[in-house]
Amino acid sequence: MADGYVVSNKYSGRYRGNQIWMSLCMAATFIGLGMLALILGALFWKGFAGLNVAVFTQMTPPPGSSGGLLNPIVGSLIMTVIGVIIGTPLGIMAGTYLAEYGQHSRLASVVRFINDILLSAPSIVIGLFIYELVVRPAGHFSGIAGGLALAIIVIPVVLRTTEDMLRLVPVQLREAAFALGMPRSFVIRRVVYSAAKAGMITGVLLAVARISGETAPLLFTALNNQFFSANINQPMASLPVVIFQFAGSPYKEWQDLAWAGALLITLTVLALSTAARALSTSRKK
Amino acid sequence: MNISKLVAAAGLAMAVSVAPAFAADIAGAGATFPYPIYAKWADAYKKETNVGLNYQSIGSGGGIKQIQAKTVTFGATDAPLKGDELEKAGLVQFPMVMGGIVPVINLDGITPGQLVLDGPTLAKIFLGDIKVWNDPAIQKLNPDVKLPGSAILVVRRSDGSGTTFNFTDYLQKVSPEWKTRVGSNTAVEWPAGIGAKGNEGVANNVMQTKGAIGYVEYAYAKQNKLSHTRMINAGGKAVQPDLKSFMAAAANADWKGTPGYAVVLTNQPGAESWPMTAATFILMHKAPTDAAIAGEALKFFDWAYRKGDKMAEDLDYIPMPENVVKMVESTWSQQIKDSSGKPLWAVTN
Amino acid sequence: MADVALQSGKAAKELDRAAALKKFQLPDVAFAALTKGSAIMVLVILGGVILSLVGGSWPALSTFGFGFFTSSSWNPVTDKFGAAAAIYGTIITSLIALLIAVPLGIGIAVFLTERCPASLRRPIGIAVELLAGIPSIIYGIWGLFFFAPFLQQNVQPFLIATLGNVPGIGFLFAGPPYGIGILTAAFVLAVMILPFITSICRDVFETVPPMLKESAYGLGCTTWEVVKNVVIPYTRVGVIGGIMLALGRALGETMAVTFVIGNANRVGGSLLAPGTTISATIANEFTEATGDLYVSSLIALGLILFFITFVVLSCARLLLMRLDQKAGI
Repeated sequence: MADGYVVSNKYSGRYRGNQIWMSLCMAATFIGLGMLALILGALFWKGFAGLNVAVFTQMTPPPGSSGGLLNPIVGSLIMTVIGVIIGTPLGIMAGTYLAEYGQHSRLASVVRFINDILLSAPSIVIGLFIYELVVRPAGHFSGIAGGLALAIIVIPVVLRTTEDMLRLVPVQLREAAFALGMPRSFVIRRVVYSAAKAGMITGVLLAVARISGETAPLLFTALNNQFFSANINQPMASLPVVIFQFAGSPYKEWQDLAWAGALLITLTVLALSTAARALSTSRKK
Repeated sequence: MNISKLVAAAGLAMAVSVAPAFAADIAGAGATFPYPIYAKWADAYKKETNVGLNYQSIGSGGGIKQIQAKTVTFGATDAPLKGDELEKAGLVQFPMVMGGIVPVINLDGITPGQLVLDGPTLAKIFLGDIKVWNDPAIQKLNPDVKLPGSAILVVRRSDGSGTTFNFTDYLQKVSPEWKTRVGSNTAVEWPAGIGAKGNEGVANNVMQTKGAIGYVEYAYAKQNKLSHTRMINAGGKAVQPDLKSFMAAAANADWKGTPGYAVVLTNQPGAESWPMTAATFILMHKAPTDAAIAGEALKFFDWAYRKGDKMAEDLDYIPMPENVVKMVESTWSQQIKDSSGKPLWAVTN
Repeated sequence: MADVALQSGKAAKELDRAAALKKFQLPDVAFAALTKGSAIMVLVILGGVILSLVGGSWPALSTFGFGFFTSSSWNPVTDKFGAAAAIYGTIITSLIALLIAVPLGIGIAVFLTERCPASLRRPIGIAVELLAGIPSIIYGIWGLFFFAPFLQQNVQPFLIATLGNVPGIGFLFAGPPYGIGILTAAFVLAVMILPFITSICRDVFETVPPMLKESAYGLGCTTWEVVKNVVIPYTRVGVIGGIMLALGRALGETMAVTFVIGNANRVGGSLLAPGTTISATIANEFTEATGDLYVSSLIALGLILFFITFVVLSCARLLLMRLDQKAGI
């Protein structure tokens, strides 16, 4: 900005101060990017080293032997599906209420506020809730309990994006549909949803990305299972919990599997986030 | 049809197609002490009978809790419950296998079994009173070893542990100061050190941290090539932890005379005994809710008693002697019954 | 004739429309009720969480009373529990994480909005969001396997040798270099919440009207002076809201912290020593807690955590809502 100028005494102090601060800001950016590079670098290095076909085809091994991650992968998929199936409709419906019916209602503003709290609430507390609600009365851990805990994490995410996306649909579209004599539910379902479809799918993708990496709520709802099990009424293995167990152990095969699992989760999250972003930008165009 | 639903459908399809037809798994949880051998037995048993054993290694405290809550078929603990506690909870307790607890260290240049420690010194280290490796007390026991002046980093358990129970039981027997300041139980208020989860966590932390000392069941030290120490036992001799010294300690056990087989084997007399030997126990309900699965569990334990000896000894665990197995199995037939009062186990000679 | 035909046709149409509308009435009402019910469900879930936490923690709270918050003993054997150590660890790791992440986050946001060449702006922004997307368990294992050994070998001995001897704050940096501990956990947390602070700060920095900034530049201000005197005061509410949001996340973080906190029950003392946080205690001990009082104490810890994060997040939301209102959303 001041290159080539003759800098007066009074200004030089300010100029130098500016240089220092701006360099610090740039340094901060380098530190941030550096951390990202370090973490992703370590993850890719150790994760790919442990990644092979066996990871997808064999079950988790006993300590000291080699194996794969088949049961936690399937377990995570099953519980994610349960979470999405239960949480998405609730989130969409509630978001619809906030956007369409509740612009000026007190209930809507309270729900919006509470939803934002739930969005950032500690997920371990959600796990405690489901433990009290489902695991204790049933007397055993189960995949369905894990799925329910994940559903509670899905709802706020889907609700938020649904409301935001529905709000963005131009009022004119709605008014045109009303003018044609369509009842309100039809307007919402046929017109508004279609217009906001991409955004709502984005919300679901983001929710799935969020729950893919959640460990704490599964620790005492689904517990873990060293054998393959697709029975949702029994303890179910999941990638994050298995990573927790394996990474804290001293066995090299287990540690390698933990890194491979961590890489799988991160790649899934990155893919989903990229897909969500692509959907939302294509919509903007 | 959005992407996540497609992925989920594919996953379910894969799950349904891959899932073999198998019998329900036996669910157990508890001590990390015997986990290496239980896992090995479970693997072999599944190959032979296609019945799976799903064992969660969450610590003896967890095993006791889960069996009391009836969320598992059996609990596993190295801290035996006393006779009256067993009566109150309606549980049957029996020993499964024995092993030894060893101190493990991470010091450059020190090989496994090279360092010698004794009870009072070990207690002082874990009390935090001895803070550096070249402390005179340690040096006195190891006159020929060059010890660094670096700090001792204590690693102990953060969870409820039967291994801790046996370890602190030994420490309180050899150190009156430990007895008054800390005491012995599955979880204590540790004066020093970082807490790790399970035998696995302690082994992992000692492996990662230079200058660390911890205590683990011997299989963990052996499998992970950690440096263990020798200990000076009640007979005054420095012994290595191995099958011989474990068996020497176990020979003194009075299984018959102790209610619930609740024998504690620390600090046993004898020149060859390993001072921190311990038995690990299984807990089952006298009247289990799912009699069929409980019966399967008993079949597994019987198989382990009869066919699992070599696998146990490979990992330096001591299998139960034949006469104890007979006593245990008659206890099963007398005490474990289904809802109609019929015993789940028939003693076959 | 045409009139009659027209009239009857119109009447027929009106009848049709009324009948048709009536056919829609039930689904319409049902749909509206469904949406309202789902919205109420959100409240029910929150209520359920609070109820179950309070109910579950009642035995512990009634047994220990107020002492539960001040006692630092955590002894499952004598059944004496106190939350002081966990609360202390939670708060101190989060505060130190904030101390590190806030300057870094604001710095990155300033760089992105003021100095960054336009072509790099989007990639760097995406890179920062990538950090936010990485699941917390990966921070945990990275911390355990890479960061903690690095700190133990290189950073902590240096800190002990230098800051450990400064009178007054020396005790904060005393003690053997474990590698894991309160400071390490705080570092990992800082890296975790950095992207949140950065993106919120960046979003609010971009709402500053260009005219304000250009007026300042026109007066001859340097970039830093514009930031210090125009941008940050203008967006101060949003920045604080963003910081509190990040604090709320840091307080509740479990997996990133559990691996590297060291699980020692103590209040105060060296930052290089192990400690514990509420979520780490619950994660480590819940599945094996025996006895009603033990379980109840753990649930009480969960209640305390929920309460703390609820208060922090509510304040953050209120602040950010005020900002939205000011911006006219």
